[in-house]
Amino acid sequence: MEKRATFGHWWIGIAFAIPQIILIFTFFYWPAGQAVYWSMTLQQPWGGGNIWVGLDNFRQILTDPLYWNSVVRSFVFALFSTLLAMGIGLVLAVFVDRELAGSKVYRVVMIWPYGIAAPALALAFRFMLAPEAGLLAFVNRLWPGLWDPGLDGTDAMIAVIVAFSWKYVGYNFVFFLSALQGIPKSLTEAAALDGAGWIRRLRDIQLPMLTPTVFFLLVIDITESFQDSFGIVDIMTSGGPARATELMVYKIYFDGFRGLDYSGAAAQSIILMILIVALTVLQFRFIERRVHYK
Amino acid sequence: MADISIRKVAKSYGKTSVVEALDLDIHSGEFIVVLGPSGCGKSTLLRMIAGLEEISAGDIAIDGTIVNRLEPRERGCAMVFQNYALYPHMSVADNMGYALKVAGVAKAERLARIGRVAETLGLTALLDRRPAQLSGGQRQRVAMGRAMIREPKVFLFDEPLSNLDAKLRVQMRIEIRKLHNRLSATSIFVTHDQVEAMTLADRIVVMNAGKVEQIGTPLEIWHRPASRFVAGFVGMPPMNLLEATVETDTRVRLADGTPIDTPPLALRPGTPVVIGIRAEDVRVGAAVNDPGLVLAVDFVEQLGAAALVHGRFGGHDFVVTAPAALAEGAPEGLALGIDPPALHLFDAATGRRLATVNDAAALARPAVLAPTA
Ligand SMILES: Nc1ncnc2c1ncn2[C@@H]1O[C@H](COP(=O)(O)OP(=O)(O)O)[C@@H](O)[C@H]1O
Ligand SMILES: [Mg+2]
Repeated sequence: MEKRATFGHWWIGIAFAIPQIILIFTFFYWPAGQAVYWSMTLQQPWGGGNIWVGLDNFRQILTDPLYWNSVVRSFVFALFSTLLAMGIGLVLAVFVDRELAGSKVYRVVMIWPYGIAAPALALAFRFMLAPEAGLLAFVNRLWPGLWDPGLDGTDAMIAVIVAFSWKYVGYNFVFFLSALQGIPKSLTEAAALDGAGWIRRLRDIQLPMLTPTVFFLLVIDITESFQDSFGIVDIMTSGGPARATELMVYKIYFDGFRGLDYSGAAAQSIILMILIVALTVLQFRFIERRVHYK
Repeated sequence: MADISIRKVAKSYGKTSVVEALDLDIHSGEFIVVLGPSGCGKSTLLRMIAGLEEISAGDIAIDGTIVNRLEPRERGCAMVFQNYALYPHMSVADNMGYALKVAGVAKAERLARIGRVAETLGLTALLDRRPAQLSGGQRQRVAMGRAMIREPKVFLFDEPLSNLDAKLRVQMRIEIRKLHNRLSATSIFVTHDQVEAMTLADRIVVMNAGKVEQIGTPLEIWHRPASRFVAGFVGMPPMNLLEATVETDTRVRLADGTPIDTPPLALRPGTPVVIGIRAEDVRVGAAVNDPGLVLAVDFVEQLGAAALVHGRFGGHDFVVTAPAALAEGAPEGLALGIDPPALHLFDAATGRRLATVNDAAALARPAVLAPTA
């Protein structure tokens, strides 16, 4: 048994923990508690008292087609951005694993986008994807009006999905690559001797063994797409055109701080919080009983 | 069935040379054991034959076709890995049938062949299990089955028994040899265990530091070790090796001055040599009444039928096999008799064997000399 660090007095340990506890309380439990409270009351935008309304706010949101619009948009966004980020991340990881096993440079380069703040990234993509001056301007010269995220809702959705995926490709890549390199080399060698070419080996041996990583990244990517998409949407489309990119997280901000409907926004954020907590619980349960092949 | 010809094959990783200009001819249907200490390049050699490792120089030909640039699957080799390398997410049946599936063999035939192989190896009851649900010995069998099912021309084994317990190892060793006899494929078996090498091989290739020290039948290796390294590596206990200086045509002197009679030598007096003698080739006796050769006994390892007596002789550690009774009661000294025909002589500088007139007769000599008192 390893001897744990012990403290001379019972309060020393607590003293060490206090800064952390204060931080967590101030920036998590307190606002979360406030949000729950607000979601059950009607807040005056200018302050000055509030009225207890129970679950009325939730009832109102859940019967609002505009809210359901944002839910659908969020799931579309989550689905495609996750598929794109994981798909490209996996393909890159497979190539790097085959050609440059162990190359550290690639990992570092590929993780960079993940470190870029979403708004900065969105700004870059706004320029790149601008229909009149960006990289895609030449497409519009060939087919006028084909690409215009400012007017076409689908184009706008594609634009935010691409920007978000770009950020998460590197993240997925790093996990996929380390999972691939964790597969014993002798397994793929045995498959090679069994006659399988590299695509076959990938399909029959490597991909099945990546299942735990796929599930892990699936949950992470979806969770992040619910939260981390705010900056991208805000800078690139502001939820438009015509609410085509109004994701749940953006609608909370919009209703709350632009529409000054604190109560409605609070209720929406509670719903989003429950969704994310559910995903996180799923992930923890999964990590605990990870599909282990031994 | 296939013969394999290895010509000046070398492997280096950057500047590190792992296998150096290696020549080896393997006959069709032969059971070759590559024996050597850990890190000497055995696995590398095997993997180059399998096509898992590129060769840096030279040629490998299987059945007359140079395979240097061929993919593993085009070479017709099957390999049993040291850690078995079973596909963890597949059942035993799928593990064994994977090669057939890849080859596009119809399901009905595939199942029939899996069934046949499983029966040969006693795996029929385990076909639905995953590798994680098997014991070490069972996994080993599945790995064998996976190699057998394709009826390959060449079997490659990379220390397949080293993860098994001693009893299972002996049992699997016998089964592997039986299987080889029945399948009549060419087998190359890599091991660092000399007992496996002696018992399994038609011919042994002894490797050291990326080079071949000797190629020969187990008895040739035993009776005529080609180098000091082979002499010290093959044999349990290892052969006694003593530094000596040539005195006359038929005598050398050990470092401490003890004279030893040798078979006729054609060496200049004063030449440094190494003499070798196996523990069981030394005659031992209890009486210490003449000023002859004496072993100062350190300790005794009783084996039941005989005993290994360790001690000092001629300024070196020395071990002899003695009848159990003689070793009983921890004697302080034993009289030694060293017959010139039992001696092996090696060049002190190169370590190579020095030919003596006895070498021709050596093979005819019985393996174990009856110790005389
Ligand atoms: N990929 C590699 N890069 C550098 N050195 C290697 C590599 N693979 C093996 N070696 C070296 O080659 C030598 C022989 O290895 P190996 O053939 O596995 O030995 P053995 O199977 O006889 O124990 C070892 O010293 C090992 O360190
Ligand atoms: Mg090895």
